[in-house]
This record gives sequence, C-alpha cells and structure tokens, in this order.
Amino acid sequence: MSVIDVNHLTKYYGKARGIIDVSFHVEEGEIFGFIGPNGAGKSTTIRLLLSLIYPTSGSGTIFGKDCIKYGPELRQEIGYLPSEVFYYERMKVIDLLKYSASFYSQDCTQRMQELAELMELELNRRIEDLSYGNRKKVGIVQGLLHRPKLLFLDEPTAGLDPLMQRKSFQLIREENQRGATVFFSSHILGEVQRMCNRVAIIREGRIVEIADIRTLQQNNYKKVRVAAGDLDAAYFDMPGVTNLERHDNAVRFFFKGDINAVMHKIGEITVSDVTIEEPTLEEIFMHYYE
Amino acid sequence: MTTNIFRQEFKMHLRSVITWSVSVAVLILIYLSLFSSFAEQAELLNEMLANFPPQFLTAFGMTGVNLATVLGYFGFVFLFAQICVAIQAANYGFSLVSVEEREWTADFLLAKPVSRTHILTSKLLAALSGLLITDIVVWIASLLFVNLFRAGRTYELKPLLVLLVSIVPFQLFFLSVGLVISLLVKRIRSVTPYAMALGFGMYVLSVFGDLLGTSILETITPFKHFEPHYILDNGAWDLPLVLISVVVIVISVVGSYLLYNRRDIPAVV
Repeated sequence: MSVIDVNHLTKYYGKARGIIDVSFHVEEGEIFGFIGPNGAGKSTTIRLLLSLIYPTSGSGTIFGKDCIKYGPELRQEIGYLPSEVFYYERMKVIDLLKYSASFYSQDCTQRMQELAELMELELNRRIEDLSYGNRKKVGIVQGLLHRPKLLFLDEPTAGLDPLMQRKSFQLIREENQRGATVFFSSHILGEVQRMCNRVAIIREGRIVEIADIRTLQQNNYKKVRVAAGDLDAAYFDMPGVTNLERHDNAVRFFFKGDINAVMHKIGEITVSDVTIEEPTLEEIFMHYYE
Repeated sequence: MTTNIFRQEFKMHLRSVITWSVSVAVLILIYLSLFSSFAEQAELLNEMLANFPPQFLTAFGMTGVNLATVLGYFGFVFLFAQICVAIQAANYGFSLVSVEEREWTADFLLAKPVSRTHILTSKLLAALSGLLITDIVVWIASLLFVNLFRAGRTYELKPLLVLLVSIVPFQLFFLSVGLVISLLVKRIRSVTPYAMALGFGMYVLSVFGDLLGTSILETITPFKHFEPHYILDNGAWDLPLVLISVVVIVISVVGSYLLYNRRDIPAVV
C-alpha cells in the first residue's frame, strides 16, 4: 500500500518557482530519501503534504486520503521535524513537549520520557537558552513522542554532533522497524545512502530521478581508474564515457554501458594499476546536477 | 475550540492583560481623584475652557464637557481609557496569528492534528477572555472610583453602565480589524506600530471629523460610534453608528477565517 501518493504537484509562490509537476509514491514501511541542494523544493514538498501551504495544482494523498481535506485527521499519525526548529521561546522544554503531546489522542508521557532521556535533553531549560543542536533534539522528541506511522524528517541531523547524529539515525531505524514509514529529506548524500531504500532526486523544483539506492549505484555507472606510463586520456574517449580526465599518472572516467568495451581497451595497453568500482552516491548525484 | 491551544494562548496573553488592566485602572484612578478639586472650581474652569479656541477643545475631546458634573467629567476621562483599550485590542488582533509566523512557530502548531478553524477560534477566544478581564477591571475601577471621588455629587447610574458596556463592541472592532489586516499583508515584522496606527489613528480621525465638521469620518471610526458624551447624554448607544461597527466586526471575523484557511504559511529561506 502506498503511504504517500503525490500527483503532479506544482507550487508557485507568486512567480517564484516552488516545485513543478512532482509525482512519486512512498510505500508502507520504507525509508524514502528525498535529496537535492538547498532551494530545490524539498521543504516545499513536505510543507505541501502537511498543508502548511497549498498547491497551485496537483494533489497529494497520505494513507489514501487527500492531504488537505483530511489534514487534521491525518496529522494524528504524522510526525514532523522541520529543517529549522523554532518553538515558543519563553516555554520550558518540558512544557513544550507536554503541549505537543496534548494534541494527540493517546498518552505520550512514557514515550516522551524515554526519548528525552535518550537524546539527553534537559527538560527544565527554557527554549530561549538552548543551542541550535539542543533545539533540534527537542524537535526530534516532539516529532516522535506520539509514535507516528509516518515521519517527515527535513534535514534531521543538521546541527547535531556526530554522537547525536548516530543516536538519531538509530532512533529513526527503530521507528522504521516498528513499522513507521519515513520520508527523509537531506542534502547530505552519505546519510541518505546509509538510511534509505529508495531515493528521489529533486533539482530546481523537478524530480530528475526516482530509483532504488542499489540500482542507482550498481546499474548505472562504473568509476574506472587506469594508471599507465604515458597514457593519453583521449585513448578512452568512446561512447558511454563521461568525466574523462588525466590526473597524475592515471586516467579516470565514469562509464555506462557494456563493461567489456572498457576491458578490451585496457587489455590492449600495458597498465600499472586498474580499479573499477561503484561510484558513491555523491558522484552520481553530481552527475545529475551538471 | 481546542482547550489546550486556548490555555496556551491565554497564558501567553496573561502578563500583557494584567499590565494593560492595571494601567487603565490607575489612569482612571488618577483622573477621578482630581475631580473634587476640579468640581470646586468648576464654574471658573468651564469659563476658562470657554475661552480656549474651539479647535483646541475638540482635539482633547473637551467640547461640551461640563466638568462640574460627575458624568461630564467621567466622559472626558473615559476617552483616554478608550484609547488605551483600542491599542490593546488592536495589538492582540495584529499579533494573534502573525506572532506564530514572525517567530516561525506556525510550522509546529499547524503540523498538529487540528484544523486552522479550530486554531483561530481558540486564539480568538483566548484574546477575548484577556480583553474581558481588562473590561471587568475597568468596570470595577470606574464604578469604585466614581463613587469614591464624586465629592458628594449625584449622578445617574444607567448612562454610566451603558457607557461601560460599550467597551466590549469597541474592543471587538479593533481586535477583528487588526486580525484581518494582519492576514491581508504578507508579514508583520513588528506589531506595535500597526496597533498604534490603528488605535491612535482612529482617534485622530474622530478628532479631525470634529474639527472639519464632516460626518463622513464619523462612519469610519469607533471613537465616533461609541462617543462617551453622546452615550452619557442620551443614556443609549448611537444605534445607526454602532451598527456600522458591528458590520465591520462581522466582515472582519468572517474574512479572517476565510483568509487564514487559505493562507500559505511562510517558511525560513
């Protein structure tokens, strides 16, 4: 069953582009990565699905229900961590969390305590006294305390120290194993690569690719490095080769197609070293952005 | 309505409500405590006032004021209370929704399982409760201090009560107009200038209306719709004018709900 279905969603802010004709779906139980640079439309998409803003055209459904019409009811099952966390400055952390919990029908007290302990939150501090990282921790706790079935995480780890990043990843995985579907927006490829099953790449408001992380890495490109005495880069200039460059004593390029073509070429010369490997998501990603 | 939002909003208003209530009460106390000394020399004062240029008297709301009577004097005092209450109500109106957007807390609140209609209703009721507290303080202060400082003079209770009650629709005007304006503009960076402009601006309009002798301005400003001297002299509201206020309130409130339910909540960029 699809948890999120987005159909030709378009949003303009006046004349400024938000997102254009975005369509995708997220299956129950998956961790869906949503990746793109700042300003590509990641937050716009999430905020449309939460009906914080309204679409210019197109629609979205969550759990099969229209996300605007059934918004209040749907949000009972949704946890949201915004990319920038802002809370009522003069409130104490504990009061904010209790306020947050008071919106949900179930009793969240125990889960709230667990999460606060895990994230090492000081409950009696005022929000205005918290650092950015600590605010983010409050955000994580308030987003998870009602055991949501769907999580929208908008750059969840920005501003957290590595230890807390690892803890929150762990937490997100646990939530996922418990059955929660996770929509994970980020511009940090490493974390998407580690966390997600599938990924959508968004660029200048449009989806450029939706793929399985593995297929994205395996089926498409190979990263080839050939070291040889006085090899000219032009030697490998053939169909399927991109980003061809000579660096020190080696020629490097990406290759897409039948790998035997490259093997033949390499076989005809004397080499000192050869590596053929999967490109990192980073490198694939850069490719989409050129 | 959602009780948790109401409670939260009410708590956030409370300090401001207390400050305004005490200020207005103190203002009434100070002015009324001067009544006995004014009243003793009322003939002299009234004579003196008569010698002032009429424009000057109009500007300070003293046209036709008879300082020798308790209510004549109170009407003059009440105008200042009205200005304060207008700015307070406008302040709440302008900040009701905009404060969440200015401090970026709207994302938190609106991602909760509540409809915007519920949010707005809870916020409006919390602001109204705050204003009602101010009203009660103003009512008690007025009745108490009028009786305390009337210097043995008598007055009619009914016109005074009619005047005191008029403060409720008067506030509603500023609350609802402030709210609808805050939803018509994209973003309010600071509430105070807007609240001052609306509250004080309406007062200035009523003064100009008097100075210029035009009745057009009367139709706009609630300071004319609920003019203390008219109410005290007649023991009743100036109904056609009050109706204008009521219509403006209804349109503003309905408009606010429509606008808020369609509003795109701005995000940090």
